[in-house]
Amino acid sequence: MSSRLAPVSLAVLLFLAGCNSRSSDADIIFVNGSEPQTLDPARISGQLEGRLASSLFEGLTRRNAQGQVVPGVAESWEISADGKSYTFHLRQNAQWNNGSPVTAEDFFRSWKRVLEPETASVYAEILFFIENAEAYQTGKLKDFSQVGIKVLDSKTLYVKLKSPTPFFPEVVAFVTYLPVPMNLVDRYGDSWIKPKNIVTNGAYQLLDWKINDRVMLLRNEKYWDRDRVQLKRVDALATSQGTTAVNLYLTGQADVLLDKGLIPPQILSELKQRPDFHTFTFLGTYFYRFNTTRPPLNNPLVRKALSAAIDRRVIVEKCTRGGEPIATSITPPGIPGYTQASGITYNPTQARRWLAEAGYPDGKGFPPISILYNSSQAHASIAVEVQAMWKRELGISIELRAQEWATYLKALDNLDYDVARSSWVGDYLDPNTFLDLFLTNRGNNRTGWSNPHYDQLMNSANLESDVAKRMNLMNQAEHVLNAEAPIAPLYFYIGMLCFDATKIGGIEGNLPDEHPIRDWYLKTKQPAQP
Amino acid sequence: MNTFFTNKRIILFSSSLLLLIALLAIAGPWLSPYRYDDTSHASLLSPSLDHWFGTDINGRDVLTRTLYGARISLLVGIIGATVSLAVGVCYGLVSGYCGGRIDTLMMRFVDILYSLPRLILVIFIIAVFDQHAKKFFVELGLIEWASWSRLILLFMALGLVEWLTMARIVRGQVLSLRERAFIQAAHVLGQSNRKIIIKHLLPNVTGIILVYLTLTIPSVILEESFLSFLGLGVQAPQASWGTLLSEGAGFINPIKISWWMLLGPGIMMALTLLALNFLGDALRDRFDPKFRKK
Amino acid sequence: MLPFLINRLTQAILVIVLVVSATFCLIRLAPGSAFAVGDRKLDPQVEQRLQEKYNLHGTLPEQLGRYWWNILTQGYLGESTHFKNRSVAEIIKETLPKSLTLGLIALTISLTLGILIGSIAATYHNQPVDRSVMLLALLGICLPGFLLAPLAILLFSITIPLFPVAGYGTLGHLVLPALCLAAPFAAYCSRLMRTSMLEVLQQDFIRTARAKGQREQFILYGHALKIAILPLISFAGPLTASILTGSLIIEEIFKIPGLGPFFVNSVLNRDYFLTCGTVIVYSTLLLLMNILVDVLYTYLDKRIKQV
Repeated sequence: MSSRLAPVSLAVLLFLAGCNSRSSDADIIFVNGSEPQTLDPARISGQLEGRLASSLFEGLTRRNAQGQVVPGVAESWEISADGKSYTFHLRQNAQWNNGSPVTAEDFFRSWKRVLEPETASVYAEILFFIENAEAYQTGKLKDFSQVGIKVLDSKTLYVKLKSPTPFFPEVVAFVTYLPVPMNLVDRYGDSWIKPKNIVTNGAYQLLDWKINDRVMLLRNEKYWDRDRVQLKRVDALATSQGTTAVNLYLTGQADVLLDKGLIPPQILSELKQRPDFHTFTFLGTYFYRFNTTRPPLNNPLVRKALSAAIDRRVIVEKCTRGGEPIATSITPPGIPGYTQASGITYNPTQARRWLAEAGYPDGKGFPPISILYNSSQAHASIAVEVQAMWKRELGISIELRAQEWATYLKALDNLDYDVARSSWVGDYLDPNTFLDLFLTNRGNNRTGWSNPHYDQLMNSANLESDVAKRMNLMNQAEHVLNAEAPIAPLYFYIGMLCFDATKIGGIEGNLPDEHPIRDWYLKTKQPAQP
Repeated sequence: MNTFFTNKRIILFSSSLLLLIALLAIAGPWLSPYRYDDTSHASLLSPSLDHWFGTDINGRDVLTRTLYGARISLLVGIIGATVSLAVGVCYGLVSGYCGGRIDTLMMRFVDILYSLPRLILVIFIIAVFDQHAKKFFVELGLIEWASWSRLILLFMALGLVEWLTMARIVRGQVLSLRERAFIQAAHVLGQSNRKIIIKHLLPNVTGIILVYLTLTIPSVILEESFLSFLGLGVQAPQASWGTLLSEGAGFINPIKISWWMLLGPGIMMALTLLALNFLGDALRDRFDPKFRKK
Repeated sequence: MLPFLINRLTQAILVIVLVVSATFCLIRLAPGSAFAVGDRKLDPQVEQRLQEKYNLHGTLPEQLGRYWWNILTQGYLGESTHFKNRSVAEIIKETLPKSLTLGLIALTISLTLGILIGSIAATYHNQPVDRSVMLLALLGICLPGFLLAPLAILLFSITIPLFPVAGYGTLGHLVLPALCLAAPFAAYCSRLMRTSMLEVLQQDFIRTARAKGQREQFILYGHALKIAILPLISFAGPLTASILTGSLIIEEIFKIPGLGPFFVNSVLNRDYFLTCGTVIVYSTLLLLMNILVDVLYTYLDKRIKQV
C-alpha cells in the first residue's frame, strides 16, 4: 500500500467505526443476558436460553405476547374425565424448515430423550407429571413403553399423567418439552445444534451463533404461522455486564434490553421516568432460607423473630429500587384463582418477644450465625441491611459470608450455612411450582425443614381435580409454611423491559416474563392478526 | 540543568505523602462521627456538610469507608509484600549462594510457577481454605480472628504469588556478590555458610530488597482490587479500596453518575500507588549498585 | 542454535505438562460441582451420569491420565461442562484470534509508549520533564482496569462519541480496549526503559563520545537506545502473558468475544477442561514468547556488541 493511502484508509476506517454503527443487518437487536450455555431444549435450565430455544422450536402449546398459553403445534386437545389423559391433535401444516412435517413421533422421541438417564437432563423433573416418567428417568424403570406417552398416529399424541394436572397445557409450553429433530441428534450427536446442521420448527432458524458475541436468528419461511412473524432478522447480544448492556441500549446499538438482572439498581429511579422503561409484576421471589437443622435456627421462634425484624420496605427502597412489592409469603401475587396466605410482617416488638421466648432476651447469648450469599453487589447490599436490622432491632451480631457461585451452591446443597440468600422463579402459573419446594426431602428444599401436615396437604392438593379445592388446600399448606417460617420471603421480583414502544410493538410485560420474538414487530409496518 | 526533582526530594516527598495517608487511615475512622458499617436512610446522597464524600447505596458514609478501606488496603499491601519478601529473600539467598545445579533447579521451579496462571491459584486458595481457616480460628478460641480469616487468606495468597520476582532479583544480586573479594575472604577465614549469608550477603541486598518491597506493595494492592472486582476480595461489610472502586465502577453510566463514590477512594488509591512507585524508583536510583557513583 | 532450540522446546513442553496437570488437580479438588445449576439442586444420579459423560469419573489420577491420553492420541481437549454443546477446542479456535489481535495491538502500544516515555525520562534525568512524563506513565498502574475502562467509555464513547461503546468488528472497536489494556503495561515498560537507559547513559563510551561533540550525540542516543532496549525485549515474554490475563476485564466490559473472560469464569464455573485448555494456551504463549525473546536477545546482543 502506498504511504499516502495508508493514513487515509485508516482515517476512513476509524471514521466509519466511530459512528456507533450497528454493524449488522438485523431488524432488531436485543440484549438477552449472558452467553447462552446451550440451545438444546433438553439441557436448558435458564430463562435466557429458554427464550432463544422457544424462538427456534415450538412445542404443543406456546405463549403469546400477553404470556397466555395458546395452541402451538397442537391445534386442539381433549382431556379425559378424570383429568389424567390428554390427546393432542397436531396441525397438518406444522413442518420443520427442511420440509418434513412435525409428527407426534418427533415429540415422543424428544421427550424420551429428556427422560433418558444418559442425557442427564437437569430439568427432567418438569416431565415428572407424566406417568412413570420419574421412575424411568431415575433408572428404576427400564421399559419406556410403560411411560405415559403414546403415538396414536403421525398427528396424534396421547399423554397419561400421574395425577390430574389442570395446568398441564401450560406445562407443555415449557422449554424442556420442545421437540428437537431427533434424526439429526442421532446422526450428529452434540453437534446437531450447530448452525450448519440444525433444523428447526419454530418461528426462526439459527443463522449463526458467535460465542460471547451474539446469536443470529433468521425467519423460518416454512413455519406454519409464518405470516405472523414480522421480523426477518433478529440478533440476541450476550453480555454479563450491566453497564455494558445499558450503554449498548442507550447508544442505539441495541433496540431492546430484556434482561432485568442487567439493569443496575442505582439508576432505576431515573429510568422509571423514561417512557421507554416498562415494569411489570413477575413470578419470582427473593427470600432468605434458614437452615432448620442447625441451632439456634432449629427453633421456629428464632426464625420468626429474625423474619419479623426485617423491614422489607427499606430493602426495596434502598437496595433494589425497582418498586418491588414486599413479600410475606413465598408465592407471588397474580396467580389466577389463588390467594396467598399472609405471613410474618415487619414487627420489631413482636420479634423481640419471640426472641426472648426462645431464650435470648435482647439477643444475649445468641450464637454467632452468618448470612451466605453468592458474590454480587445486589446481594451484598441487601445482606448488609439485614445485618444492620438484626443488630439494631434484636441486638444480635451476625456475619456476612460471600462465596463465589460454585462454592455457594455446594454450601447450600450440603446444608453448610445458617441463613442463605435464595430466589425462585415459577415455571408455570400454579402455586405448587413454589410450594412443592418445601416438601420433605425434596432436592430443592435445602432447608432441612419437614412437616408431615404440610406434605399431606400438598399431596392431597396435587391429587385433587377440583380447581377451587386444590387452591384451598395449597393455601392451607402455605399457612403452615408461614407459621413455621423455614424461610423469610423478602420481595417479589419486578420484570423490566427497555424499548421504545413507539417504534417496537408486540412486547408486553406479563407474569411469566415471556416475550416471544415471533410477535415482535416494527411499528412502521402493520401488525399481524392476533 | 534544573534538578529540582532530585532523588532525595522525591524520596522525601513520597514518604511524607505516604505517612500522611497512613495517618489519615489510622486516625480517620476514629475521628469520624460515623462507623464504616453504619447504615442509614440517607442512600446515595451527593456530598454535603453531613457527609463530605456523600453516601453509598446502604446509606454509609463514603469518607469513613474510604479511610477505613485505606487501612485494609495498606494492610493487605504491606503484609502481602512482607510475605513475598520473607519467602522470596530466603529462596533467592539460598539459590544464589548455592549456585550450580541447586541454583538451576530452584530457578527452574520458579520458572514453572511463573507459567502457572496465578489467578487460578488465588481463587483456589480462597475457595478451598476459606471455611477451613474460619474453623481453625474458632477452634483455637479466637472467635474475633475468624471474621478476619478472609483477609489473612488474602495476605497469604497474594504474597505467595508475588515472591517469585523477589526471589529472582535477590538471587541475581547474590550471584554477582558471591564473586566479590570480601566474600571470598570470609570463606578463606573459615566462616560458616550461614554466617556469610546473614552477616555479609544480607546487608548488601537490603537496599535492593527495600526497593522491590516498595514496588511490590502497589502490585499487591492492585491485585486485591482485581480480586474484589471478581467478588473474591475483602468481605462485606468491610471495605478496601478495591471493593469501593468496584462498587463505584458500576455507577459509571450515561444516565447518572454517583461520582462521589469514586472520587475519594480513587484519588487516595492513585496518590498512594503513585507515591509508592515514585519512592521505589527513587530508592532504586539510589540503591541499585549499577547507578552508584563510582 | 538448533540444539539450543530443541532443548528449550523440550523443557517448555515438560513445563506445560506439569503446569496443566497441576491446574487440573487443583480445580478438581476445589469444592463445588461443574454441573450445579441455578438454584435447583442436582439429583446425585444425574450428577453421576454427567460425570461419566464428561470423563470425570474415577479417581483423580485416572481422570488426569484419560485427559492426557485423549490429547496425545486425538488432540482432543475435552468438552466444556458449562457451554454444553461446545468443545474446548472450538471455543479456543473461535475466541483466541480475537484476543491475540487485541493483545498484539496492546503490546505494540505498550512497547512504543514505554520506549518513548522511558528514554525521554532518562535523557532529562531528575528534571521536571523526567518526573512529569513518568507521572503520566505511572497513572496506568495507579488505577485498576475495571475503573479505567468505564471512564474511558464515558469520555470517548458517550460524552464525545468517537468510538463504539462496545463490540467487535472494526478497528474503531479496538482502540479504546487496546489503550485501556496497554495502560498499565506501558507504565512498566516506561520504568524499565528509563532504568535501562540511565544505566547505558552512564557508561564510559557514552561519556567519551559526548566529549567529542553535539552531532555525535544523535548517533549516540540512537546507539544507546539500541542497547537500552534489550532488557525490554526480554520483558516481552511475561508481558504477553500478563496482557492475556489482564484482558479479562477489558474484554468483558467492551464486549470483545475473546478468550479473556474464559480464564476466570471457567474456574468460577468449575469448567475443568476449559480451564485446562486456557491454561495450555496461556502457558504455551508464555513459553514460546520466552524462547523467541531469548533467541532475539542473543542475536541482537551479538550484533550490538559487534558495532
